[in-house]
Amino acid sequence: MTDVDLKGKRPTSPHVQYFAYKITLSMATSISHRVTGVGAYIGMFFLAYWLIALAIGPEAFDTAQTLWGSFIGRFVLFCFTWSLMHHMLGGLRHFLWDIPVMIEKPQIEFLYRATILGGFLLTVVIWIIGYAVM
Amino acid sequence: MVELALPKNSRIKEGKTWPKPEGATNLTEFRVYRWNPDDGKNPQIDTYYVDRDNCGPMVLDGLLYIKDNIDATLTLRRSCREGICGSCAMNIDGANTLACTFGMDQCKSKTVKVYPLPHMKVVKDLVPDLNNFYAQHASIEPYLKTDTPAPDTEWLQSHEDRQKLDGLYECILCACCSTSCPSYWWNGDRYIGPSALLQAYRWIIDSRDEYTGERLSQLDHAFGAYRCHTIMNCTKVCPKGLNPAKAIAEIKRMLLERAV
Repeated sequence: MTDVDLKGKRPTSPHVQYFAYKITLSMATSISHRVTGVGAYIGMFFLAYWLIALAIGPEAFDTAQTLWGSFIGRFVLFCFTWSLMHHMLGGLRHFLWDIPVMIEKPQIEFLYRATILGGFLLTVVIWIIGYAVM
Repeated sequence: MVELALPKNSRIKEGKTWPKPEGATNLTEFRVYRWNPDDGKNPQIDTYYVDRDNCGPMVLDGLLYIKDNIDATLTLRRSCREGICGSCAMNIDGANTLACTFGMDQCKSKTVKVYPLPHMKVVKDLVPDLNNFYAQHASIEPYLKTDTPAPDTEWLQSHEDRQKLDGLYECILCACCSTSCPSYWWNGDRYIGPSALLQAYRWIIDSRDEYTGERLSQLDHAFGAYRCHTIMNCTKVCPKGLNPAKAIAEIKRMLLERAV
């Protein structure tokens, strides 16, 4: 028999293709946790720029303030806030699972929903507080 | 490595639509992954119609109806038809499960979509190559290991210690969990996967086993317990209702406790 040849020809069964494996909330949250992790990294450059501008002097700081005060600047910061909050809650979820607690099936589903909802809620709350004290 | 596209020889083509059974009124459409090692073609999706009035309620009943009445070449593994042998594990309606315990009416979509277990080498149709999976199970040495001379009767265990094995010993090695795990998809050659890790934990916490330390050491590396990123697909998908993610989390905790 042509055993060796046959093994080489074997196809790989579909996984993320053809919707063979339906994307679950767990997979989506795992991916969003990674993406927001990258987001937090990029966001730190924004903060660093703001601090550097502060150190350079009043003119540079004014430019930074204008930039972040503009509509687009605020929108970017708003997204960054969400990214941070979502990532933070995701991190806390992973803390819980590493203990491990809240790791039974219904609790898992609850935590996914809490992460997603909580991320948006915290973002909105932070911005409301931000505008209130401004 | 992460691969979002399938290799060329694995891309699926539309296959054949088989005739509806004559005189049947109550039909369910099946779309089934087919690959024949002998014809040199790519995998394809064949469409079948199952006569529900002459067929049991489970997806396995439907597949066997097809095999008996429509297309005898359809190839699948099955044995016990009651969820204890784990042979008929496959991807049904977008998730892994046992064809024998999953009802056709449980499918969220109207058509019953059947693929082999995900990201595995296909031997034929719905039969994946499980050699690597079994080798991984063997690697964790799934049997009692002791240095103490064997007692004259049984190795005794308290009720409390025995209860620690509940939720672990029921694993039937169907491979649903491991083949649902993205970490396992991308690194199945090095990461032993949720199934083998659950089995490993079953022996780690067995009060009679005397090789706990060695067992833990074997998993103390990036591709051991730590390749689990708690994506939780394993726990969501286990047809026996077990929780591999929790078992892996317990292993990680024991590794940490041992290190500090």
